[in-house]
Amino acid sequence: MKFLKNIRIVLSILFFLPILVFFLDFTGKLPLALHQFLKIQWIPALLSLNFVVIGILLILSILFGRIYCSVICPLGILQDIIEWKSKLFRKKKKKNRFQFSKPQNILRYSILGVTILLFVFGSSFLVILLDPYSTFGRIVSQLFRPLLIWANNGFAWGLNAVGNYSFYKVEQIAFIPIAFIIAIIFFFSVATLAVKNGRLYCNTICPVGTFLGLLSKISVFRIAFEESTCNRCGSCEKNCKSQCIDSDTMTVDDSRCVTCFNCLSACKRGGIKYDIRYKKHTANQNQAPVDNSRRTFLLASGAVVGSILMAKANNLNPKKDSILSRKPIMPPGAQNINHFNAHCTGCQLCVTKCPMQVLKPASLEYGISGITQPHLVFATHIFCTYDCNICSSVCPTGALQPIAMEQKKLTQIGVAKLRIDMCEVITHETDCGACSEHCPTQAVHMIPYKNGLTKPEVTEDLCIGCGGCESICPVRPYQAIYVEGSQTQAKAKKPEEAKKFDKVIDDFGF
Amino acid sequence: MKRRDFFKSAALAGLAAAFSPKAFGVTSTSKSLAVQSEPDMVAVMGGEPAAMLTRALKELGGIGHYVKKGNKVVIKPNIGWDRKPELAANTNPELIGTLVRLCKSAGASEVIVFDHTCHDWIKSYANSGIQAAVTAAGGKMVPGNDESYYREVDLPRGMNLKKAKIHQAILDCDVWFNVPVLKHHGGAKNSISMKNLMGIVWDRGVFHRNDLHQCIADTATYHKSPALNIVDAYRIMKSNGPQGKSESDVVMLKSLIISPDFVAADTASMKLFSQVQPTDISDVRHIALAEKLKVGTQNIEKLNVKRIKMN
Repeated sequence: MKFLKNIRIVLSILFFLPILVFFLDFTGKLPLALHQFLKIQWIPALLSLNFVVIGILLILSILFGRIYCSVICPLGILQDIIEWKSKLFRKKKKKNRFQFSKPQNILRYSILGVTILLFVFGSSFLVILLDPYSTFGRIVSQLFRPLLIWANNGFAWGLNAVGNYSFYKVEQIAFIPIAFIIAIIFFFSVATLAVKNGRLYCNTICPVGTFLGLLSKISVFRIAFEESTCNRCGSCEKNCKSQCIDSDTMTVDDSRCVTCFNCLSACKRGGIKYDIRYKKHTANQNQAPVDNSRRTFLLASGAVVGSILMAKANNLNPKKDSILSRKPIMPPGAQNINHFNAHCTGCQLCVTKCPMQVLKPASLEYGISGITQPHLVFATHIFCTYDCNICSSVCPTGALQPIAMEQKKLTQIGVAKLRIDMCEVITHETDCGACSEHCPTQAVHMIPYKNGLTKPEVTEDLCIGCGGCESICPVRPYQAIYVEGSQTQAKAKKPEEAKKFDKVIDDFGF
Repeated sequence: MKRRDFFKSAALAGLAAAFSPKAFGVTSTSKSLAVQSEPDMVAVMGGEPAAMLTRALKELGGIGHYVKKGNKVVIKPNIGWDRKPELAANTNPELIGTLVRLCKSAGASEVIVFDHTCHDWIKSYANSGIQAAVTAAGGKMVPGNDESYYREVDLPRGMNLKKAKIHQAILDCDVWFNVPVLKHHGGAKNSISMKNLMGIVWDRGVFHRNDLHQCIADTATYHKSPALNIVDAYRIMKSNGPQGKSESDVVMLKSLIISPDFVAADTASMKLFSQVQPTDISDVRHIALAEKLKVGTQNIEKLNVKRIKMN
């Protein structure tokens, strides 16, 4: 049965690498179809009600146990890699270093319960924070990707200096403290736990892991001792990164087993096997479950009350210039704020795929439960490209519904607000028109002012909120034109085409 | 005329320009002292971009007149927008490809093409068709998206703009060509050869804050002027510029206007443009402002203009 571990490793690499590379790619050269890999993640499938994937994952789990955790979940595989590589840094380079430990039942079932309860009550706060796939996305996009871009830029700098432009500098993603801090906290907790306790994170904190643990208790296949050949050497236990094998009592805690098959490879005598659970009567070795419903209930109610308070705090945001207190601008395809906030897990995929890098993880723009969900932040030359619908086409959770290009060009993610008294043309009586220049629909257009000058005017029906105008407006400290986010993404009017010129010109005119 | 103009303006600009080593460099490499017979401007109509360019350059003494063996050449088209060639938001790719090929055939050691784009530069380079045309012709596309590619230069003759950060490709080349497309422009009224200079500069916000037209004219005083301004009017954008909304904004004029003189090229282009969309040239203020700074002349009647109609 030793081949099972090898199959697990090969499969996990096949699932892990495309996701990692897709998140890291800053050139936009990888095919967008790779995002299909992300649809097979548990939380995205649940949120987008992808019943095919949910069905497959359920069947897999009921048949084989927590295959998802050992093969599909990128955060799980990241932990395996860290655990594996930590050999290089550990003082005692022992291979067999784990030991059975008791499950953290109170903690893990509480977290699962509170996460579900909060979601039912309308806050995706914990789903966002604890979804392992999204946590992985945040770690890669906030920590690994910037390092890669720095390396690229250093390399490009060297090559450009000698006239080689095969590498070019890429703008570094804006630093968003909250997103960075969340990524770094999770990375270090996950990494530390992985080095010290194997998959303790997956078996304690991760709500997906806990949920799958309930399924793996009844899975058809499971790890079990072969009493006839086992000599209780304890080799399996020492190799169990889930710390769920107790070789003294010859029991395996199925709920924590992630089916990594390390034990099978460790056992030289075939004393532990991966076998069908239901072929004969098994001794009832289930421990009496701890009654923690009361504690769970208390914890959960506390969290529910807390989250309601947090939601209330959203509306308190007193600031001076109206540009500072504007509504957040959701990516195209978000439909409306309730749908978006409830479905987005802040995995950062759209943020990393946005060729303009106009998408940024939110701090508190959507309130506490929307931390790291994407919103648009305009800066010079950074606005939403007219001919682009990448974000909506890669979203694995359905928070952004796919929209066709023609539909995208009419999707009103916001509306430009012009403060004409602040405009350069009015305050300095000079030509500018940068806003209109950047407006793809000419919702912002120039009308006669005086002395041959023209000033901007906005036709709100035509505006799709791309932010071209705001991005280029030279007025400081606050732009004379800015985009107010739409809470519901309405359909803009189709811009009228110019009158065609059909006379023939056959003279130079000079 | 170009060289004479240059001497005149250099003298007027005073010692500052004369002492600038780069200005001296240009005069010392001047190879066109005995070319009185060549026209100050060539205007072609009725051909395909490649044929019109080849024909016009023949009138001007051939590409070898401007590009010498081993020269580093830069071509600055308008590639500001993520738009396909049919929308005339960017310079015609066939025109640029042909120019690259001609420069290479004249022995240029390298031909660099770039723009400081408004839209995502990767998409603009690709969708304008210019990247493919340049690469196929043996030229090299260089990015303009990062401040580190730009170095500060003085503009002693500038009024509002005394310094600007200009792309190193322009600073380090032997000769460069300015190849704009003729367009309507919401801000500057029209975008022709001088407006195209905003793509060799890093900080354009300064332009919009300090009288756009004056800053454009100031940039045109930069002493290392292009060998030629090649105004692409094969397709022009008559309205909704500089991006355009649809092909209804585009008019096929199949024309090309070439002159070393910024002001003359823009003046002639405005006259061509006004036949489609009547525009008061004085509203395109940077043209008159540049003339005031001795960048060139609006008086094209006084110039030796060669007009060619191809079938």
